Amino acid sequence: MNVILVLVGFSLLVALLGLGAFFWSVRSGQYDDPYGSSVRMLFDDERPEQAEAANPVANETTKSNQL
Amino acid sequence: MINKEELTRCYHCGEDCRSNIILFEEKPFCCSGCEMVYEILSSNDSCEYYKFSDHPGLKYSSAELGKRYDFLDNDEIKREILDFSDDGVSRVKFFIPNVHCSSCIWLLENLRRLHPGIIQSAVQFTKKEATFIFRDSEISLRGLVELLASINYAPYISLESVDKSSKQKVNRGVYYRLGVAGFCFGNIMLFSFPSYLAIDDSVEQFIRQNFGILNIILGIPVAFYSGSGFFISAYRGLKKRFISIDLPIAIGILALFFRSVYEIVSGTGSGFMDSLAGLLFFLLIGKWYQSLTYQALSFERDYRSYFPVAVTLISEQGEESILPLKHLKAGMRILVRNNELIPADAILIRGEGTIDYSFVSGESNPVIKSEGQRIYAGGKQIGSAIELLIEKEVTQSKLTELWNQKHGSEERQNNWESLMDVISRYFTAVVLLLALVTGILWWFTDPSKAALVVTSILIVACPCALAMTLPFSFGGAMRVFGRNGFYVKRSSVVESLSQINTIVLDKTGTLTKSQDFDANLGHLELANDSYNLIRSLARHSTHPVSVAVCQALPYATALAVTGFIEHPSKGLEGTVGGHQIKLGSDEFVLGRRTAEPVAGSLYISVDGKPAGYFILNHKYREGMREVLTSLGHRYELHLLSGDNDAELSALLQFFPSKDHMNFEQSPADKLNYINKLKAEGKRVMMIGDGLNDAGALTESDCGISIADDVYHFSPSCDAILESRQFMKLATFLQFSKTSRRIVMMSILFSFFYNLIGLSFAVSGNLTPIVSAILMPLSSVSVITLITLTIYIASVRAKLNKEDSV
Repeated sequence: MNVILVLVGFSLLVALLGLGAFFWSVRSGQYDDPYGSSVRMLFDDERPEQAEAANPVANETTKSNQL
Repeated sequence: MINKEELTRCYHCGEDCRSNIILFEEKPFCCSGCEMVYEILSSNDSCEYYKFSDHPGLKYSSAELGKRYDFLDNDEIKREILDFSDDGVSRVKFFIPNVHCSSCIWLLENLRRLHPGIIQSAVQFTKKEATFIFRDSEISLRGLVELLASINYAPYISLESVDKSSKQKVNRGVYYRLGVAGFCFGNIMLFSFPSYLAIDDSVEQFIRQNFGILNIILGIPVAFYSGSGFFISAYRGLKKRFISIDLPIAIGILALFFRSVYEIVSGTGSGFMDSLAGLLFFLLIGKWYQSLTYQALSFERDYRSYFPVAVTLISEQGEESILPLKHLKAGMRILVRNNELIPADAILIRGEGTIDYSFVSGESNPVIKSEGQRIYAGGKQIGSAIELLIEKEVTQSKLTELWNQKHGSEERQNNWESLMDVISRYFTAVVLLLALVTGILWWFTDPSKAALVVTSILIVACPCALAMTLPFSFGGAMRVFGRNGFYVKRSSVVESLSQINTIVLDKTGTLTKSQDFDANLGHLELANDSYNLIRSLARHSTHPVSVAVCQALPYATALAVTGFIEHPSKGLEGTVGGHQIKLGSDEFVLGRRTAEPVAGSLYISVDGKPAGYFILNHKYREGMREVLTSLGHRYELHLLSGDNDAELSALLQFFPSKDHMNFEQSPADKLNYINKLKAEGKRVMMIGDGLNDAGALTESDCGISIADDVYHFSPSCDAILESRQFMKLATFLQFSKTSRRIVMMSILFSFFYNLIGLSFAVSGNLTPIVSAILMPLSSVSVITLITLTIYIASVRAKLNKEDSV
């Protein structure tokens, strides 16, 4: 019977990971602007020549922007 | 009649181009503003903007930047507006009212294509906010704002946006609570399931012990973290001697939790933890639904969002400089340009004041002021720049005092009680009494079962379905209104709307349109065929007055106009058919002020000789007649206007008597009038648009402010109505009554569930499985019922289609 308890422990652990992921997604603001996110994924990626032009600073500031 | 298909739609904003189509790269544009925006985008390789939606632009307004954003070069103001600035890189967040579609998001987030100094930008669509990160060395804050303004995404910068203290924090608590409740709900169900099945004894014993303990562990965060809001709210209610719906819920949660713990620990049963987690999960869904409001709209504005950030100071040497508004002191000299706001009570020392107070006092015609006269804060100067000597500080002027005085009466007294308050009071009393009586009865028949029965009653009586009723029905109605351009602050306002029996209306800007006129030919010393001269001149201008003149005159083929000049806020001139024609204010056309200024007149001169005038009236809103007639049948109507009584006779037919129509009312008069009506026991709704209505709007049982653009400034209120939806007002009020009936129906429905549950509980037969089935079933069926009936009602009221900006 004890094997059930071990399995239950593991299943709870996995579920807790899911809960943690949910907390993370809320904290990072993914639920703040559902409309914006839904259309943003449809935008085309930048063409290569513009991607080069875009400054490397942009990537650094992304982090600070997320607080 | 012109066929709809034959209209030429502006490539940028989608509006009808009328007669003056501007072609650029073979695309039609309705005005040079829209064409300019297109030119900027196309020259920066950003025409993808037009791919994401048809005609994504909004009609371009006021192209003149001039010195409007000069104040953004001031270091102190810059520091206050910028979120942070370090190492030559700055970040700023703006509220941009014009953000409305996916194209807007794309363009603003690709703003670096338009200017290399912009490193990154991100749009928060629901709040219509955008954050920009830019390099100071390449683009200044002012440059950024002017760039945004040039593509018609001008940010809204006011005194309020500078004041950091008023910035609110995002509250994500309800998501966390909901997440925890959902997580525990799922797992507790899993652990509870085996106990519902008949398995042989030894296995059952094992499962009951171990899974029971797991259930308790999972139940603790559900009851005391996810459910904490209900305990707090119930306690707050009790402190104010008030029984809220959260009290029986809190009692139910406690009964469920401790009864379960007792059963599991003593080994007498498997407990109700699954019911508890399910209950909170559904309740929190209701709370979350309730928390979805219109984030981009502001219902609690004060004067700070109406006032500018800075003023133009004139030093003793006559030099101009920028001064942040908060440093403005009495005795200073400032310059106020065309269309700028008078920030504080002042004396006019140079220039001629034509002050538009329509937003502040409701007077429809500008007030003329000459040197030496006093000018009160809040008006807007129209015409050439004037110099003022400030008399009082901003916070002490007449306008801001009006705002400050009403803070004393924040808790407003309504003449009715919310349905849910009444029900929860009686409901709680009945449940507690029932628990007591059955407890006593069982004590005498079978004492061992008394505690069990009492807790069972408290558990099934927990008004879960009842608590879902309000957020879902009024919340549903709120969304129906929102789709139709009527935005209420929170769902409880829908109930207030349904309780109204008296409606008070403002005139200027509410019954009349603020930017639309009716021109009536007052007098014209010209042959009839000369009408066309005037019409041909007027059709070259898009100013509302010119449009009105065009409509007032008989149609004829337009003549060619040469030497056309439009003088802002003065008039038009040009040569038509060999005649030099002027059209505009008395001063512009006649060269002098007329002795007796006829309210809102427009003068004409031909070849320098006066040739008559038009009388201008504000146009009534479309459907005003129908709305007022249908409201008049069901409600007591009153009119409160800051304007003179020139329109009394025209409006009298809609109001019960002259006593109900009040003119030349000051803001304080309006507020007192509302209070007088409330003292008579009436339930008053106030509809207004301007600052002069602000006091009356907050004091009334339900204040609605009407606005052409809901994202721009409107006084604090309970609801904002898009002005072009004014004709639906009666429908909205009717719908609020329908939704109240839906609430009643679903309350009865949930009582029915409570009765079934109680019949189990009183007889001592409430088992965990009955409770685990009954609770989710009641919640889900009540939500389904409400959603369906609200939808059917909206179809019947013809409110089901999306019809808002």
